Amino acid sequence: MTWLTEPFALGFMQKALVASFIVGVVCAVIGCYIVLRSMAFLGDALAHAILPGVAIAYLVGANLLAGALIAGLVVAVGISFVTRAGTVREDTAIGIFFAAALALGVVLISTMRTYAVDLTHVLFGNVLGVTAGDLWISGGLALVVLASIVLLYKQLLVISFDPIMGQTLGLHTHALRTGLFLMLAATIVVSLKTVGVALVAAMLVTPPAAAYLLTHRLPVMMVVAALIGAVSAVAGLYASYYLDVASGGATVLVATAIFVLVFVFAPRRGVLWRLRR
Amino acid sequence: MNELLELRNVSVSYGGRPALDSVNLSIAHGAQVAVVGPNGAGKSTLFKALVGLLPLRSGQILIHGRPAAEYSDPVAYVPQREEVDWRFPVTVADVVAMGRYGRRRWLKRLSDADRELVLKSLERLGIANLARRPIGELSGGQQQRVFLARALAQEPHVLLLDEPFTGVDIATRKATLELLSGLRARSVTVLVSTHDLDLAAGRFDEVVLLNGRLISAGPPREVFTHEHLQAAFGGQMVVVDGKAIVVDQCCGGHGPVGGVDSCRCDTCEPPDGGGGEIR
Repeated sequence: MTWLTEPFALGFMQKALVASFIVGVVCAVIGCYIVLRSMAFLGDALAHAILPGVAIAYLVGANLLAGALIAGLVVAVGISFVTRAGTVREDTAIGIFFAAALALGVVLISTMRTYAVDLTHVLFGNVLGVTAGDLWISGGLALVVLASIVLLYKQLLVISFDPIMGQTLGLHTHALRTGLFLMLAATIVVSLKTVGVALVAAMLVTPPAAAYLLTHRLPVMMVVAALIGAVSAVAGLYASYYLDVASGGATVLVATAIFVLVFVFAPRRGVLWRLRR
Repeated sequence: MNELLELRNVSVSYGGRPALDSVNLSIAHGAQVAVVGPNGAGKSTLFKALVGLLPLRSGQILIHGRPAAEYSDPVAYVPQREEVDWRFPVTVADVVAMGRYGRRRWLKRLSDADRELVLKSLERLGIANLARRPIGELSGGQQQRVFLARALAQEPHVLLLDEPFTGVDIATRKATLELLSGLRARSVTVLVSTHDLDLAAGRFDEVVLLNGRLISAGPPREVFTHEHLQAAFGGQMVVVDGKAIVVDQCCGGHGPVGGVDSCRCDTCEPPDGGGGEIR
């Protein structure tokens, strides 16, 4: 069994393990709302939209995660605000912000000379480069997001399942939606070093999609998704150690493999089960 | 008269079009009221305005003499069935438990008393055996009973049911009528929109007849007159042997597409199913 423990004799691998686990769990839990509210496009857009924040932080020598967090929050609030005006549809608003932020990020990054390596790390993650400082930021944000999801469970459930009832009960639907955007932005920042902005959408969508096929209750779906996310992240890390491949990509491939297995073999809702009837 | 609900000169727009114009209406505490009128008459608009989903263009809605917005007692609203996400991972019991969420209780866990009330509501509508089933696996009628149970669990003072009899099976129709009888004993004020004029005349204390404005309101005998029906239904009314026959059907082909009261044609009753014959 030494192959299980061997990688973690190294300090940077221990940090990578903790970071991967956090990402696997947080992405999967908030991802349940992303999947159920059909917000996958928003998740992907927000991920790319934090690029200028990272670029500016890099240029001024600040913490990359802090820059990403600020950019993510600005874009989340921006999309929410433009949608509220009601003159532009939500997916259009997302498309506009997403493309503009990405363009700004590319322009900023193109002014640097030695950016190629860093850009790759931002896009696809560099879990082995996780520092103790990163872990503190990620861990703190992850705790805030998970605590918010637990505290606001009833409100988010009602506005997602039956927004009309939410309004008649006096819930501030718009504020809650903005809150969800902000949590999503924070989650993406947490994932930046591990899977990178290009692949974070997969971690938000794939584990919850698999969990959805295995249960019909939201709390159970969240727990199952978190489990699938954590397993994928840790398995991806092992794959990257032993096969010498990029850990972000490996993580997403493991999650996808789990989804395919569930899609085919799930009781009641799997393909095989349906064929048998 | 012990007035519970009062509308003063209420006008409401829906999708930029005026849907209700200068409605004045008083409803007594504990009354059971049928709201009738052709498609697009503003029945759903009236309900949405009453629960604050649509802003008033002018006028006031008062409950016990105070503006409705200040009022914290629950008004339960059961919309037409298409308006929620049926694929959402919730069970029947989860949905009914939402009736116990509400103002000032958002951060508390449900108490034993809450759970008891959820169970009783399920039993009252004959769906306690479905409690653990996912909502998406139920038939249309069963789904409607889940939402009635949720409204019951809210312990409302005012209950608004939007077309609960359109396109449902006999068992659900019966369960809904039994629920109404039970609510009478508890003096819950009930407003029900319906296309079933016989039912409106036979089972309700009062009828509110709408067609973009208030045509008439009061006991069925006073509301269902030739003159009023002509004003509300116009071309959908025929007079045979001195009797007025109104063919108020859900899909008369005249309903505005995507309009205020549009109903789905696949859930409709046969053309004469919603008709009512009035002396």
